Amino acid sequence: MSPRWEPVAPAVNPVFLELRTLHKRYGTREVLRGVDLALARGECFALVGPNGAGKSTAVRAIQGLTPMDDGEIRIGGRGLIEMGRTARAIMGVVPQADNLDPDFTVQENLWIYGRYFGLSKPLIRQRSAELLEFMALGGHAGQPIHALSGGMQRRLTIARALINTPQLLLLDEPTTGLDPQARHLIWQRLRELRRQGTTLLLTTHYMDEAERLADRVGIIDHGRILAEDSPRGLISVYIPGGVVELRRVDGEPPDPQNLHRQWVRASERVGDTLLCYGPDLSPLLAHFAEDPAYQWLQRPASLEDVFLHLTGRDLREETEYAAR
Amino acid sequence: MRLGEILPGTGAFAVVQRNYRVWRKLLVPSMLGNFGDPLLYLLALGYGLGHFVGRMDGVPYITFIASGIVASSVMNTASFEGLYSAFTRMSAQRTYAAMLATPLRVSDILAGEVLWCAVKGLISAVAIMIVASFFGAIQGPWIFLAPPVILLAGLSFGGLALVMTALARSYDFFMYYFTLVITPMFLFCGVFYPIHSLPPFAQHLAQVLPLTHVVALLRPLLTGHLPHAAFYHIGVLWLYTLTAYVGAWRLLGRRLLR
Ligand SMILES: Nc1ncnc2c1ncn2[C@@H]1O[C@H](COP(=O)(O)OP(=O)(O)OP(=O)(O)O)[C@@H](O)[C@H]1O
Ligand SMILES: [Mg+2]
Repeated sequence: MSPRWEPVAPAVNPVFLELRTLHKRYGTREVLRGVDLALARGECFALVGPNGAGKSTAVRAIQGLTPMDDGEIRIGGRGLIEMGRTARAIMGVVPQADNLDPDFTVQENLWIYGRYFGLSKPLIRQRSAELLEFMALGGHAGQPIHALSGGMQRRLTIARALINTPQLLLLDEPTTGLDPQARHLIWQRLRELRRQGTTLLLTTHYMDEAERLADRVGIIDHGRILAEDSPRGLISVYIPGGVVELRRVDGEPPDPQNLHRQWVRASERVGDTLLCYGPDLSPLLAHFAEDPAYQWLQRPASLEDVFLHLTGRDLREETEYAAR
Repeated sequence: MRLGEILPGTGAFAVVQRNYRVWRKLLVPSMLGNFGDPLLYLLALGYGLGHFVGRMDGVPYITFIASGIVASSVMNTASFEGLYSAFTRMSAQRTYAAMLATPLRVSDILAGEVLWCAVKGLISAVAIMIVASFFGAIQGPWIFLAPPVILLAGLSFGGLALVMTALARSYDFFMYYFTLVITPMFLFCGVFYPIHSLPPFAQHLAQVLPLTHVVALLRPLLTGHLPHAAFYHIGVLWLYTLTAYVGAWRLLGRRLLR
């Protein structure tokens, strides 16, 4: 048998969505300052960051709805600009601010949205029946939008975003303002979509949401990605070990002599609380737990600790004023 | 690329379809608004004023005024739709934002809106024409040529209105447009009396305004004649339509894609 060359399989690009050094200015203000991001097909990526960090701007950029000052976006290996509107044909979008059509019922909202995608009427009928079921809105098909609760409207917005069976789903704060029941339902559904192979990019202010849903989390602030990794990876790199929160019952600053320093890897004072981080905090606790003047809480490090560590504890409105 | 972006695609029909579906739900109040007012003008002025005027330009006054009322109702209906209703969809309801998350582009949305303005103008014009024909106020073999003219008129008034909408910060802005543009056209473009009765400079001014050309086309068609210089008037209306479309496309793009 003579040797044969096997046909070389085309290099599979595992990257589905790619943002390269994205820059965006509004006036003199730089809102995105070189954002790089790469999502694998079928991945769920969460973008977290303080108010005004640039999350929504990035989401709009991916839809091609905001002109960029520099950088490039590629989807499935093709440039977004060259794809034109075909890019949006494979996307579903849940915007930060609801924009359901108030002149229509639940059912009609799905119908007209399908028409915007140019889908056929029978296909829309079939998809909307499935989606109403999927998002637990089956009994509300004929209701007007204003009769729906906030949670139901959000679920409908997600259902609407799925009408074209998107390959890429962009969710800008999908569960903000919802009760735990609604959030859990939405999480279930998003995980199910991920299992079916949909690539998900979501933004959120809820660290538990990012931790539960995302394969990887990117922390963005002032238009830059500060860190990105799996939730566990971020925690183990930035806050290895556990956390102890110390407070004095009388509200005075805890541990004025800074005795804790000998037992911790890092610490910070936030208002009336002393936060101690370290791999083994038992000597610290042995010292303070017995003292009746102290209240304490021991807990594992969380994504929120990483977030606050990287983005600081200032309120955004204040830093904005300071910057002016 | 740029030309491809400004030319609308079939998506525009989905936008028309959306507006049509909403309009159908509110059929009665909507029709009453578009159709009640002009009908009152037609009857009050046609009979009331007509009694003293008698004939104008060789026809009974009600016949003279009927074609004018048809023309002005197209202007009003298309303008109102392109101003207040479109602005509501763009700002309060964020419908355009929702549409832009789909393959629809600014050009599809704009073309759909302008086309819908024209369709609404046509609906109200046809309703008035039907009633006017009961009074014998419109007649002749050329009536069937009126609808295409009415649609073209609707496109130009709708396009102009959407330029204003793309510029508007609030509804108050539209008062200027009505007071400075729509109302003068209503009064000086030959709806109630022939333009040649105006002083010469006002005649020249009227010649620049689109409603004059709509009246110049519709009045003969609805009274049994073919219009003079029809292609000139049609050309002017197309010029308005296309210029307004390009202007509105640029302004809307700047506003929606930031
Ligand atoms: N159209 C615009 N014109 C001017 N500035 C804008 C515009 N859109 C956004 N910005 C500014 O860009 C910055 C980033 O906004 P963006 O909406 O992306 O933030 P975000 O991370 O989504 O915040 P949030 O968590 O509050 O939703 C903000 O400071 C915002 O004020
Ligand atoms: Mg946002």
